[in-house]
Amino acid sequence: MQNTEYRAQNTDIRRRIAFNKFCDYVFWVTGFLSTLVGLALLFTLMGDLFMDGYPRMSYRFLTSFPSRFPEEAGILSAWGGTCLLMFVTAFAAVPLGVAAGIYLEEYAKKNWLTDIIEINIANLAGVPSIIYGLLALGLFVYFFKFGESILTGGLALALLILPMVIIATREAIRAIPNSIREASYALGATKWQTVWWHIIPYSTGGILTGIIIGLSRAIGETAPIITVGALTFIAFLPSSPVSPEFPFLSFKWLLDPFTVMPIQIFNWVSRPQSEFHVNAAAAGIVLMVMTLLMNAVAIYIRYNYRKKIKW
Amino acid sequence: MKKNIKRKIKEDIIESILFLCALSSVIITAGIVVILAYESFGFFKEVPVMGFLTGTVWTPLFAEPKFGILPLVTGTLLVTMIALAVALPLGIMVAVYLSEYAPHKFRETIKPVLELLAAVPTVVYGYFALLFLTPLLQKFLPDLSGFNAISPGIIIGIMIVPYVSSVSEDSMRAVPMYIREGSYAMGATKLQTAFKVVIPAAFSGIAAAFIMGISRAIGETMVVAIAAGMMPNFTFNPMEPVQTLTSYIVQVSLGDVPHGTIEYKTIFAAGMTLFMMTLFFNIIGFWFRKRIREAY
Amino acid sequence: MVNDDLKAEAKNLNFYYGAIQALKNINLSIERRKVTALIGPSGCGKTTFLRCFNRMHDLYPHNRYEGEIVLFPEKINIVSPVIDPIEIRMQISMVFQKPNPFPKSIYENVAYGLRVRGINKKNILDDAVEKSLRSAALWDEVKNRLGSPSFDLSGGQQQRLCIARALATDPRILLFDEPTSALDPTATSKIEELIMQLKNEVTIIIVTHNMQQAARVSDYTAFMYLGEIIEFDKTDRIFTAPSNKLTEEYITGRFG
Repeated sequence: MQNTEYRAQNTDIRRRIAFNKFCDYVFWVTGFLSTLVGLALLFTLMGDLFMDGYPRMSYRFLTSFPSRFPEEAGILSAWGGTCLLMFVTAFAAVPLGVAAGIYLEEYAKKNWLTDIIEINIANLAGVPSIIYGLLALGLFVYFFKFGESILTGGLALALLILPMVIIATREAIRAIPNSIREASYALGATKWQTVWWHIIPYSTGGILTGIIIGLSRAIGETAPIITVGALTFIAFLPSSPVSPEFPFLSFKWLLDPFTVMPIQIFNWVSRPQSEFHVNAAAAGIVLMVMTLLMNAVAIYIRYNYRKKIKW
Repeated sequence: MKKNIKRKIKEDIIESILFLCALSSVIITAGIVVILAYESFGFFKEVPVMGFLTGTVWTPLFAEPKFGILPLVTGTLLVTMIALAVALPLGIMVAVYLSEYAPHKFRETIKPVLELLAAVPTVVYGYFALLFLTPLLQKFLPDLSGFNAISPGIIIGIMIVPYVSSVSEDSMRAVPMYIREGSYAMGATKLQTAFKVVIPAAFSGIAAAFIMGISRAIGETMVVAIAAGMMPNFTFNPMEPVQTLTSYIVQVSLGDVPHGTIEYKTIFAAGMTLFMMTLFFNIIGFWFRKRIREAY
Repeated sequence: MVNDDLKAEAKNLNFYYGAIQALKNINLSIERRKVTALIGPSGCGKTTFLRCFNRMHDLYPHNRYEGEIVLFPEKINIVSPVIDPIEIRMQISMVFQKPNPFPKSIYENVAYGLRVRGINKKNILDDAVEKSLRSAALWDEVKNRLGSPSFDLSGGQQQRLCIARALATDPRILLFDEPTSALDPTATSKIEELIMQLKNEVTIIIVTHNMQQAARVSDYTAFMYLGEIIEFDKTDRIFTAPSNKLTEEYITGRFG
């Protein structure tokens, strides 16, 4: 090869390499920026919410009922409804979901029935939340005649987060190494003894994390609650769960009409008067703080459990 | 002997209880199908199916009701496609960046923050779309109506970026290093390796992630209910107000619709349409996820 | 071997993982209060055989036993489908290759076997825990920290904890599955000493890939290859004058 040809080839390749590296660099920058877009949006959203809602944040806001006057309207009934609703949701979803997860990981054999159950769980996790509202409407409101009540709303949300609880339970149980199970069985334990004494205690961290994240999702759910008929203007609290006479526990509140935080926000945002939008933003702040707090608690629990049990 | 039998009975009872709990998932799906089918069946007794599927006017609450579902379907698809136009490129770029370029510490800090995007309640996103994004966009697009499809579309797109990017990224990271090494050894850059080698190898996972995103966008309710308007509008113009299948159901539920009337049944007909659409995409997504498990 | 000295006897035992036959026509006598070692190259079936004794194979699908392992003096067949594996496991304990203490306290690890049997009274448990930990030569090292987590112990201590756990239920046969392969030489010799003491109280079957360990610790040795018993005899006979050529080749290191 003559020297001139060789040099030309060399520059050709060098140009190619330079071009490739340039593209690489451009992508590195755009990739980095794209990652920041999500962050940017999150901060803009939180900032905007905070700035809009700050004027209304006050003790009075937290303890008043909604009203026709935006300055006097508060979130007391919405907040009370949310708490009671979460209680029903947790009470229904947790035992059912954890039990299902235990069955699938420790008891289920590999057959067609197990496959069907697993396909169903995967499918339910992808069903839009409003469909759960329709299910609850037809089934709980009209068929079982629970009416448009906290019980119905709580059950609707329980069905919604059930797949999450089941999946979180299964993953937590899967992390337990098989050698522990073998050690337990080798000592003559039955399956249930192994589950009760080992599987459940060692997976509690993961399960709790999943439950809290599920509940933090449920707290912000609006669509299924609207569908089952939560009212958007409630100026009273549901009946108290404690009563002054025996047996000191009342269940009347389960069948009371109610409203929840996200619906209150929706109602205020939909009003044309911009003063109500301030209320919406303020309520949004409260809801976001609640959600972020729950997520933080879940992460903390997961971190703590990982420290205690190192496989 | 007796102790044995007692023990066995106790174990069997416990197993049966746990089994019934697991079966609940099947029962719930059956419940959804039964309720939707039952009410839709009642609906289609009064409304011809063909008219429903091909009609372009949806005014079931008027004195002279019309039951063409297409405006709601196009509304849903319009918003979904805008969302995907945002989420697809953004999601892939984030996934490629985090999986192939980002230093370990950066990835570990960014991922949880991105997950936070998914934790924000959808009403808050709706608030943001209506009261921040739409006015902002109106500065650039003065013809933009107060209720439109672009604003919720963009918001939903960014909402699903964490889902899409984290599943895509996980499947890209699952591609073994030695496959990348083959490409680097030939002088390829990170970019070329990522797009020519890693993405095709992780294709099933990425496809599954996007299907999941589509499903999520189709089923999104509150952002559109707040920011897209409640007017069924058979259009492909995203600057106009539209109504989706989901926000229609919300509209009816907010009002006073007696049980058993044709208006009541319309929400189940809309729900059935919605369910079929998401079921279709869920099945495709499931098929893709199965393919990943077989590959590794 | 006279019947009085027999603890267990495998008779024409065959074992299948699904369609694959892992054990072929095993006939072996286990003598009471002696250590019987199972040696052989990887994959010869020694661990498979060991796990038949406490029905561990029942935990996984598609496993099948044929033939018998007779337990004396009752003369019941351990691997019979009519016998509940839990019954067997309450009388035959196992120590595993990699120490697998429960992520609980030292006390709770040892007490677990008793709790499974419904024994929950604190004073009974306290006595049993102390007795087992002494038998496992661990008591002095942990007596002041019974409540601390088992993961705080070293590898060798964890294995001795697993031995204490297995002893707490007063087993008739104690199975060791390569108990020292994950431990350092000091821990290994401690456990070998322990095994030689324990045989005065309980019948021991040990699987080991370490021939010197088998020679040091056991009274009887069985050499296995490809799922069959090639030779079974008193340990010193096996290691000094094996009858089978294959045994000799394995012992002298020509393969495996």
